[in-house]
Amino acid sequence: MQSELVSKILNGDTAAAAKLITGLENEELDAAEQLKELYFHSGRACVVGITGAPGVGKSTLIDSLIDMFTSRKLTLGIIAIDPTSPLTGGALLGDRLRMRKHAADEHVFIRSLATRGWLGGLTKATAGTVHVMDAMGKDIIIIETVGTGQADIDVAKISDTCLLVLNPGMGDEVQAMKAGILELADIFVINKADMAGAEETKHTLAVMLEMRDYTQGSWRPPVILTSAMYGKGIKDLAEEILKHKEFITSTGELEESRLERTRLELFKGIESSLKNYAYGCVSNEEIEKLVRKLVDREIDLSSAVLEIVKQFGRQV
Amino acid sequence: MTTKVKARIMMAKFGLDGHSNGIRIVTKWLQDAGFEVIYMGLYNTPERIIKAVQEEDVDIIGCSFLEGAHLFYAKKLVVLAAKNRLDKVKFVIGGVIPPDDIDRLKELGIKEVYTPGTPRDVIIAGLKALVEKDAIGTGK
Repeated sequence: MQSELVSKILNGDTAAAAKLITGLENEELDAAEQLKELYFHSGRACVVGITGAPGVGKSTLIDSLIDMFTSRKLTLGIIAIDPTSPLTGGALLGDRLRMRKHAADEHVFIRSLATRGWLGGLTKATAGTVHVMDAMGKDIIIIETVGTGQADIDVAKISDTCLLVLNPGMGDEVQAMKAGILELADIFVINKADMAGAEETKHTLAVMLEMRDYTQGSWRPPVILTSAMYGKGIKDLAEEILKHKEFITSTGELEESRLERTRLELFKGIESSLKNYAYGCVSNEEIEKLVRKLVDREIDLSSAVLEIVKQFGRQV
Repeated sequence: MTTKVKARIMMAKFGLDGHSNGIRIVTKWLQDAGFEVIYMGLYNTPERIIKAVQEEDVDIIGCSFLEGAHLFYAKKLVVLAAKNRLDKVKFVIGGVIPPDDIDRLKELGIKEVYTPGTPRDVIIAGLKALVEKDAIGTGK
């Protein structure tokens, strides 16, 4: 039988969904159970990832994009991620501060998540939160990563369409040729294009994109100039997002992207589950003792690791 | 599997009150004390904040006032929260509040009122007491 919370979420109840997301963040067992039920009602929404360095204007861009989708009668879920302090465990979640044009629109559900030690630009609860919003019936789910660097590529794997947001003057041609997120973005956005150097940056990216080895009929990532604060270029950007969605649907890449996302979720799930089990069978004191022994060179690193893993193996 | 509960608090100012130094300092203090702080900034409406509270599932709302509209907004917020069945969310107010108004705010259901000069540790201890004792994560 469906639990009350699950039926509420399936009916689009925001408060119920928010409670479940909190439970997922806190890794509560109840929440995991409820997500199991919801899983079979998700898998329909279009997931858009927005990534880029801190301060490039990701949140402001999302604020101005909301309009473009709600005017097409699409409902939105937005996951805004900010970093947890590695020193205190606290976090300042300041993304929705910039998303206030539609703060009272019932078709838009914004949720802030803190990374809580998770690396790669997302959080542990991100995938679960996507499933919750999807099961609520949100048409488009936008994931805003923390301010990221070149190697934070999880967002590209978890989304159907991935936007990389840059600013004018981001670097020269060699920077643009480097590996990582630049290779995985489906749409490039040069935000704050009202500042000097926007056209040059666009040109640099365009040259890099020209050098790629495209097969016939493959997607060529566009470079869009925007000025989110002033609402410039937003219409073009929204059109490109929808165009990309149509494109991957027609070529079958959407199916591939879903497989890749699910694969990532499975691997991450296994990793964190194993980690939880493994750390569950050693105490902090044991760990600290081992660390002391390692520092004093009484034991080598791989033997120390093996000691813990063996202990875990015996318990399984 | 252990749960890793963290206290979530929303910080906001309302109406045309543009004095954000205080709220920013307290926001930073709370972050450093291990809270997850959703900073909503200036010029909010009660309706916007209550919707955000629902979406963010926060434990506490911290409201900052300098220009004298605290009673007006506190009433509105408490009524809206009750209407939306947000019975677990706790309201806290900070800022320039005349002494006579403190009791009136508490009668409305505001849990704590912090006036200028309140030491940092008093605020943090007060807010921690409002959420369950183990609600502050360690950052691991």
